Amino acid sequence: MSTTTTRGVAQPAPAKVSKPRPRRGLRASSTFNFWLFTGPFLIGLVIFVFVPIGWSIWLSFFEARFTVTPSEFVGFENYRQVLTDEDFLNSLVTFTVFAAFIVPATWAMSLGLALLVNRLRFMRAFFRSVFFLPTAVSYVAAALIWKMSIFNGVRFGLANTVIGWFGIDNVAWLANPDPPWYWLVIVTVRLWLQSGFYMILFLAALQNIPRELYEAASLDGAKPGWQTFRHITLPQLRATSTAVILLLLVAAYQAFDEFFNLLGKATWGQPPLVELYKMALGENQNYGAGSAGAVVLTVLICLVTLLQGKIMGFGRGEENK
Amino acid sequence: MTTTAPDVRKTAKPAKPKRGGVIGNTGLYLATGVAGLLFLVPFYLIIRNAVMTDPEITGEEWKWFPTSIQWSNFSEPFNDVTVDFARALWNSVVVAVLHTSGILLICSMAGYGLARIPYKHANKVFYAVLVTLMVPTAVTFVPSFVLVSSLGWVDSYRGLIIPGLFSGFTCFLFRQYFLGFPKELEEAARVDGLGYWGAYWRVVVPNSLNFFAAIATITFINGWNAFLWPLVIGQDPSAWTVQVALSSYMTNQTVNYHLIFMATAISILPLIFVFLFLQRWLVQGIAQTGIKG
Repeated sequence: MSTTTTRGVAQPAPAKVSKPRPRRGLRASSTFNFWLFTGPFLIGLVIFVFVPIGWSIWLSFFEARFTVTPSEFVGFENYRQVLTDEDFLNSLVTFTVFAAFIVPATWAMSLGLALLVNRLRFMRAFFRSVFFLPTAVSYVAAALIWKMSIFNGVRFGLANTVIGWFGIDNVAWLANPDPPWYWLVIVTVRLWLQSGFYMILFLAALQNIPRELYEAASLDGAKPGWQTFRHITLPQLRATSTAVILLLLVAAYQAFDEFFNLLGKATWGQPPLVELYKMALGENQNYGAGSAGAVVLTVLICLVTLLQGKIMGFGRGEENK
Repeated sequence: MTTTAPDVRKTAKPAKPKRGGVIGNTGLYLATGVAGLLFLVPFYLIIRNAVMTDPEITGEEWKWFPTSIQWSNFSEPFNDVTVDFARALWNSVVVAVLHTSGILLICSMAGYGLARIPYKHANKVFYAVLVTLMVPTAVTFVPSFVLVSSLGWVDSYRGLIIPGLFSGFTCFLFRQYFLGFPKELEEAARVDGLGYWGAYWRVVVPNSLNFFAAIATITFINGWNAFLWPLVIGQDPSAWTVQVALSSYMTNQTVNYHLIFMATAISILPLIFVFLFLQRWLVQGIAQTGIKG
């Protein structure tokens, strides 16, 4: 019985209601479905991203040590404190120096590796894997290898062993800011870890360059090598280069792991995030100042990103395509 | 006719053989080989140090090869009393697996909703997601910690995993991907009577497994290698992940070289597996999107 009734009801219904019903039903159901699909994410985004940001801005105007529910409003005092804090200002200098080294170095190295690998006829997949493999290694593990084995300041460190062959004395790579050899350690860790990753981006871009361009250039008498690289490859990689530089810059801003592990207790060469970590979660637990510092950093990052977009013409490369 | 065709090819060719001449090729492979060796040295050092004895590592003479492999070194991190390495390893497994599955589920659904389901405020919602891309997650760790500690989630899996699930960037990538997904497939499913939900799970997801695999690989690597957030949340050693445990070795008073490097080797091993098996998707994912969290 029940089967016949449902069938009896169901059959005439679609024919009659089919015109108005799907529209109204569709809109209502699509609103419902939209929230069904995006709701979980949006709720989380509000709770774990927007609330912390708002809370941070709010905290930055309060005296908040060891507490996250402060009562004493101090206005811009935390900002004044952060912006006159020598360690924090030094960390911005450190970041600038770091970015000035690491961004061009990684750009050149990943592009160079991509050009090499792209020209290989055989064993291409093998070498691509070799250069890409460090992507799997964490900054902590890499910092450990660099600090304990390669740039160990004692005689059994690899670097000291190698320079020892040339009769050069041991260098205390990390233990001494003068001369600042620690930069060599820090820059090479990151170079090793991230070059392979960006190499993949360049490889993909290289393979998208139309062959005809090179053929046309050789007909025009351009010599393969520097000339075609300068006039065809490089301009064609413009969009990728811009994106890579942007990613590198943001990644440099967020540097924490290798500095924290390589220079742990050192007073020099600390980037902004390490300073914030010490400020907010160190012995003072000064959430107010830490939050003010986070706000300052965020604003700086946004400014740099926008500025770079302006200078490099972000997105212009895509139009040229 | 047949004789002219090869001639054309011959005249068009000269540019290539020059590039790949014997000398050029030797130089090319020499340069690549040297660079490749340099990239492999750190991996070799981990293995070398992991199977040597401490006196051998710190000896007067640099040794590229251990005189004998210390098999007993393999269990040493697990017997160490100062750091519970087995616990840290387990924590990392739990965190990385749940982090990856959670992100895939939540962000892919949101990306699909934003890309495909018509809703009049969808653009505003999308802008709200875009805004979060401008704020680097690492900078928000102070307020996030404040929030998580007031929720009482410090030293817990909840605290380690949940705040990281709402990645605006991954959601954005999924949205871009779904925008390019062939509409016809979904429409066929809709005609067959499936709602959005059914079409998503039965048609869209099964046909997007390549993209999911790419995102999963990268997310897993990032989850396993994460350091700052686990450091902040893992106040008690029982909540440490592998990365935090490794870091604690470096600040220990006594340096036990072979133990530290064995632990490092063990911590890298799962990722090398992920890497070797899923490299195709990993490369594809990076080439498509250029991501790293």
